[in-house]
Amino acid sequence: MRRTTLGRGALAAIAVLLALPAGALAQDGPSLEALVSEVNVTWVLVGTVLVFFMQAGFAFLEIGFSRGKNAGMGIAKILVNFSVASIVWWAFGFAIAFGGGGWLAGDTGFLFQFGRELDGSVATGETASFFIFQFMFCAVSLAIVWGTTLERMKFAAYVPFAIVFSGVIYPLIAHWGFGGGLFAEIGSGVQDFAGSSVVHLTGAAAALAAVMLLGPRKGKFGADGKPRAIPGHNMPLFGLGVLILWLGWFGFNGASTLGTADNRFAEVIAVTNLGAAGGVIGAMIIGRLLQRTMDIGMIGNGAIAGLVSITAPSGYVEFWAAPIIGLVGGMLVVACVLAIEKKLDDPVGALSAHGVAGIWGTLACGIFTSPRLAEYVGVGKEGLVYGGGLEQLGVQGAAVGLTFLTVFTLSFITLGAIKATIGLRVSDEEEDAGLDISEHGMYGYPEQFIPSAELVGYGGGPTATVPPAAVHALATKESPA
Amino acid sequence: MKMVIAYVRHEAFEPIRTELLSLGFPSLSISEVKGSGRQKGITERYRGAELTNYLRPKVKIECVVATKDLMTIVDTVLKHGRTGAVGDGKVFILPVEEAYRIRTGESGEETLQAHPDAATAAAS
Repeated sequence: MRRTTLGRGALAAIAVLLALPAGALAQDGPSLEALVSEVNVTWVLVGTVLVFFMQAGFAFLEIGFSRGKNAGMGIAKILVNFSVASIVWWAFGFAIAFGGGGWLAGDTGFLFQFGRELDGSVATGETASFFIFQFMFCAVSLAIVWGTTLERMKFAAYVPFAIVFSGVIYPLIAHWGFGGGLFAEIGSGVQDFAGSSVVHLTGAAAALAAVMLLGPRKGKFGADGKPRAIPGHNMPLFGLGVLILWLGWFGFNGASTLGTADNRFAEVIAVTNLGAAGGVIGAMIIGRLLQRTMDIGMIGNGAIAGLVSITAPSGYVEFWAAPIIGLVGGMLVVACVLAIEKKLDDPVGALSAHGVAGIWGTLACGIFTSPRLAEYVGVGKEGLVYGGGLEQLGVQGAAVGLTFLTVFTLSFITLGAIKATIGLRVSDEEEDAGLDISEHGMYGYPEQFIPSAELVGYGGGPTATVPPAAVHALATKESPA
Repeated sequence: MKMVIAYVRHEAFEPIRTELLSLGFPSLSISEVKGSGRQKGITERYRGAELTNYLRPKVKIECVVATKDLMTIVDTVLKHGRTGAVGDGKVFILPVEEAYRIRTGESGEETLQAHPDAATAAAS
């Protein structure tokens, strides 16, 4: 069954092209409408898969930036949080985000099922593709939160926050930004194509609340109060994470077209790549000027910042604007990592790469949005450089402010409650030993921490399987005659 | 001349090194070692099976000093190495017959700590 549907979906693009000039399809075949729907759903699901892969990107990025004693926990954390969020999103997150309703929150689609009502229509396969695609965004936002909490947060504190974040906090902002809520009513609408604010600033605002309540890792700040470097243990793994995120972003922005209409998704993907490239180059230049080195971590952060910056404008700007937006994002991320580092311990630079770049990307729409694309998407108006004045920029600024204040406040309250009950942080001894051994009972790299003498021990050495006579024969044969 | 060999916790090393440096004893070597004593092992779990690890990581500090300076070194190690819990480590003192500075070929106690010229050489 599944194979047939997929086969029809893949053929549909060709079928549509062939059928259009003819004007009609054979009466007994699937209708043109059905084929268009299948092509759209196919592209959205390809995007879903790409955005899911970003979880691997976040895992590798965080693990590479952690010390070897905290390498294994990243895997457990990503898997458990993703799974908890999956179920919470199905139960009520999706309903709050996309269940119609007023400006504040949705009110239909709880415990989402095929055939049930969602926002005045009946859920179909298309709704299912939308449901799973939008969940991946929620999961990305949640993964961003943990960036500032590495190497010291209790595992038991992750789950309750994941429930509140993916069930209430993210869905609320997603409803405002993507679900026809509050942001549609500011001016002629807030332009946030794939979620510089809705996804990235949301994650970063919660991450800020988390780092303020958690405090820095032991040894991050010296006795003189100056920040010390705590180098991550594996830069190649970090780099792999960045490249996987870059790949995933083609789905993140590209499939936010929610279909293949007018081949807009190709333009969006091209713009996305130009933005990322600008980010890398911007970070490289500013990194070289401020630090006099081609810092690997900063160049990687620049790629992420470029991608985050271009996320909101990706559906609204022309090609020429994309490298500029990315370049500024990449420059900002280096300057902000260096500034934030002085006060807060953010091991992966999430506050800069997702927070600051997210704010910049959202504001960039107010500057660079082209009249052609504002009209095509049907949200807001042209930006500053096209003579649109400051109006759209003001609308974008309001969205940034509302997103940040709402998410920061709700996250601070939630994490504060967790701190008062379960506690957020592991003990000093557990932090020294590393979360792998203290929380998960085993190291991410056992051979690095357990002496090999003990790993091969326990009386089961290779010679024990060879009978004594054979050992004797071997010894005689090899000894010189 | 005496050699001090101290096995200490990782956290103890940095305070010891800083204080010895400020007291004028910059010369020392360390190795990351694993060993066992009265401190109990820890049990790891790997997909259901257990693995007890009896050897615990320690930092081994080696430092050769003039006999008159010996107790300064030992006191510094004891001061910063002690938490009071099992597993703080041990200090051993060994006699040393002779010492040579490879760069100049000099020998004797004068070679043990920073060369008098080192400060001016580093400054220039």
